[in-house]
Amino acid sequence: MSRLAAGGMVRRDRPVSFQFDGRTYQGLEGDTLASALLANGVRLMGRSFKYHRPRGALSAGVEEPNALVQVGQGGRFEPNTRATDLYLYDGLVAESQNRWPGLALDLGAVNGLISRFIPAGFYYKTFFGGPKAWLVFEHFIRMAAGLGKPPTRPEADAFEHRSAFCDLLVVGAGPAGLQAALQAARAGARVILVEQDRQVGGTICRDPALIEGQEGLAWAKAAGAEILAAGGRVLLRTTAIGYWDHDLVTLVERRVEAGQAPGLDGLSQRLWHVRAKRTILATGALERPLLFSGNDLPQVMLSTAVRTWIQRFGVLPGRRALVLAGDDDAYRTADLLQQAGAGVTLLELRQTTTVPGQPFPVLTDVKVIKATGGAGGVRAVEITVKGQRQTLDCDLVAMAGGFSPVVHLHMQAGGALDWHEADGSFRPVSPRQNQICCGAANGTAGLAETLAEAQAEAAAVLLTLGFNRPDLAPPSVQSAGSSGPGLPGLPLASHGRAKTTFVDFQNDVTLSDIDLAWREGYRSVEHLKRYTTLGMATDQGKTSNILGLTQLAALEQRPVPAVGTTTFRPPYTPVTIGALAGAAAGGHSAPRRRMPLHDQHQALNPLWQPLGYWDRPRAYPRPGETLHQAALREARATRTTVGLTDVSTLAKFDIQGPDAGVFLERVCATRVRQLAVGRGRYTFMLREDGLLMDDGTVWRLAEDRWLLTSSSGGADRMAAHLSYVRKVLAPELKVSIANVQEHWAAVACAGPLAASLIAPLLIDGAAPAHMGLGRGVLDGTPLLVLAASYSGERAFEIYLAADQSAGLWRHLADKVLAADGALYGLEALEILRIEKGHVVVGGEIDGRTTPGDLGMAKMLRPGGGYFGAQALQRPALQAPGRVQLVGLEAMGSVIPEGSMLLTAPGAAPEGHVTAAGLRVLQGGSIALGLLRNGEARLGETLLACSPTRGVTTPVKVVSTVFHDPAGERYRG
Amino acid sequence: MLLITCPHCGERAQAEFTYERPVQTVIALDAPVEVAVETLYNRANPRGWSWELWRHTHGCGAWLKLHRHTATHEVAAVALLEAGA
Repeated sequence: MSRLAAGGMVRRDRPVSFQFDGRTYQGLEGDTLASALLANGVRLMGRSFKYHRPRGALSAGVEEPNALVQVGQGGRFEPNTRATDLYLYDGLVAESQNRWPGLALDLGAVNGLISRFIPAGFYYKTFFGGPKAWLVFEHFIRMAAGLGKPPTRPEADAFEHRSAFCDLLVVGAGPAGLQAALQAARAGARVILVEQDRQVGGTICRDPALIEGQEGLAWAKAAGAEILAAGGRVLLRTTAIGYWDHDLVTLVERRVEAGQAPGLDGLSQRLWHVRAKRTILATGALERPLLFSGNDLPQVMLSTAVRTWIQRFGVLPGRRALVLAGDDDAYRTADLLQQAGAGVTLLELRQTTTVPGQPFPVLTDVKVIKATGGAGGVRAVEITVKGQRQTLDCDLVAMAGGFSPVVHLHMQAGGALDWHEADGSFRPVSPRQNQICCGAANGTAGLAETLAEAQAEAAAVLLTLGFNRPDLAPPSVQSAGSSGPGLPGLPLASHGRAKTTFVDFQNDVTLSDIDLAWREGYRSVEHLKRYTTLGMATDQGKTSNILGLTQLAALEQRPVPAVGTTTFRPPYTPVTIGALAGAAAGGHSAPRRRMPLHDQHQALNPLWQPLGYWDRPRAYPRPGETLHQAALREARATRTTVGLTDVSTLAKFDIQGPDAGVFLERVCATRVRQLAVGRGRYTFMLREDGLLMDDGTVWRLAEDRWLLTSSSGGADRMAAHLSYVRKVLAPELKVSIANVQEHWAAVACAGPLAASLIAPLLIDGAAPAHMGLGRGVLDGTPLLVLAASYSGERAFEIYLAADQSAGLWRHLADKVLAADGALYGLEALEILRIEKGHVVVGGEIDGRTTPGDLGMAKMLRPGGGYFGAQALQRPALQAPGRVQLVGLEAMGSVIPEGSMLLTAPGAAPEGHVTAAGLRVLQGGSIALGLLRNGEARLGETLLACSPTRGVTTPVKVVSTVFHDPAGERYRG
Repeated sequence: MLLITCPHCGERAQAEFTYERPVQTVIALDAPVEVAVETLYNRANPRGWSWELWRHTHGCGAWLKLHRHTATHEVAAVALLEAGA
């Protein structure tokens, strides 16, 4: 056990039981998984991505690249969770990743032996060997790719989104953030303070200090309480993941830890959208590792992490420690280790020590050659001291490689970076939005300096926002030691084997990978990044980017800023997809629209089919009937007696005004204006590029009132299109458009008995002629009866107020069933229209066809002036050799849907089957298809070939109208 | 996400709006064929300030003209389409 007898911010009276890789351990409340494992002497926490090398925790925070675990079970499973950013709870179940069969014995570790075969750019290189090489590599790559396993069950818990507004958003509740937020709260500003940890304090949690005479953590807690009391919001365990345009910052609030059951509200995480007038980014700095061979061994850690284990968690991770000092901050770690009872030697990487008179041994001018050890952790470090080789035994190595300000949010907000050679860091400059970096995030070292800076920045913000600020002096500070500047020119020089000197721990990118990529010509940082995958893992290179850049700069013999940086993209830390989806999951992921007659259909227990956002009955099967049997029965009834179907989802626009007819001729590519009152006709609309967009019918209800119908699925698009033509292209027209899609229900009654069935509803007692309209009434509800046929039979569409439609449906359904007819759904509708040769949006109108392709060129209005008319003149749309709509008659077996049309086996396809159906009454497989020069090829025999179904069958090219070519039936 | 000041409704989130197109890609119904096809297929893709058509689809429904910087997403002006030029 490595738990110290006293100290730390853990509850020693509250043990917590958890499982790691199937074994049960005890930790304490307040522990992270990583600190609890270290306290239990578990140092091996994961295997690396590519070489499966043994790894322990490198850091004690969100930047952790190594100690990734999958947490939870079933619907609460989360992979790639950092053990250092996961607070212990009773019953936590975690498993290590990237190992098979076990963590201690991992067969994947042989990858390390063949590492010379999987160098930088390995994935890309596999593509150069031709398709055969890829087939060989693919299996291997897929086995090795990815980190954790994806969850297999749907999310069990709820996620929600919430929006908030404030004067000042402060990201990070370390000393700088607390001080700034406190000032603003005291001045009466609306403040939101965000902290990714579960407590405020930031670095104070690992580096105690006296602030205003108080113990630092007590000061921090009091500050947090005062902000709350002043009406501010303090969000703990909440990470600012992205800084977007116009000062929108998104936060992820973790209500429970990964894999943990939520409270009574069932809420797992909350995504906040915050718009603040100003945002202070007090996000701190992350320590960098040092480069030497074996720097990835377990127990080789960041120096600040060692202090965190001791101060925060009361865990002493090793008893024989070496502290590698790249900066003065290392001395704090050495000091603390010694106080905690460990043996310490400080290895000063600089020529001389800047902090003489230490109570522990200090060796200066040290070069680290390599660390040796194994899955149990580091055992020794080989160094040279003033050129003399030595080997030092140890069980812990602390690396103090200097600090990189956390500038991610600043960069996401469009800010720029400035290179500081003295401590090898990029600092934020030139903010583009209302963001202000403060404290260590701004490159400021020292607690007193940080507090003073936060004080000044907050004061400036309050002034610009018009608040009367309390004129306070920055708090007084006493702290042990301070972080000094790092190594001039960076502690980069590596003296050991480049192949085992790790730069990016999570993606297993070594110094030799960077060297190789550079030798192969990948000189740009953006190319280097993609070729080596440096910084492209889930940690986004938090500990590795600067090291990689510096190495590239050294190879290029250019200064670091000349080499440039890569882009920091949201999210700052990984976010579970559920949080982004919020409540918009499952049935809530898209709006579900219900037809006004939904309940009437549901009572008949139909098969439902989604159509756009709508659900429509596909068929009404009787007990024992298949979909196909039911649809055929419904279609046959429509052909022989009468059928009734609900077409309420059709797009419907009520268009009125003296220029309504003119407007319609701008939108529709057919003749419209000269239509007589009381008449309607088929029409279609083009896209801007001259291809067909949609089709429907247009009806003249009165001199200056028209009804336009178009396809159900295209209704929203058509509404936007009409608005565009009306407002942008033809604003001078006197016309108004009302979208009445959901206001008017519509049912279609079709078949030889349809006219006699609906005639009693009409005011004049007679059914209107084909493409004419009539007025009717039922129980006082006015009806609009349009004689339009899609099925090929005499048919009527009856429109009425949606909330009155149930009565009409019941009335007609009773009559239809009494006349031996049938209710029919979309499947029968499809069978009927295919036999009649009618086109459908999404089928033959597929975004590639012109009116000419579908045999409708003669309907185009001469003289143009309609939307898309000019582009239709493009030579490519007029050229011979385009596909044209044809009918296909089976000569052998049933024509498969979606078949290619070939002249001979193996020949190039000359078209395809768009819709396959059958002759409703006579039987026999038929289809519609698009065939090159189809109109001139009637009578030709082709092959319909469907490789996916394994069917090739001969078909004959015929006319598109299989049923009633003379049109006698629908005219009645 | 942009914050757009609708002349009718005030400051609203971008989610309420629909981006339609740059103003110069509008093809007049009576444009000559050559102009229409040129506008359709040879479009500028400026890095900088651009006048664009937007619609307050999930708000008042108004057509708007936005002066937006395509790289920084700053919005310098929002006008009703009817307000001309």
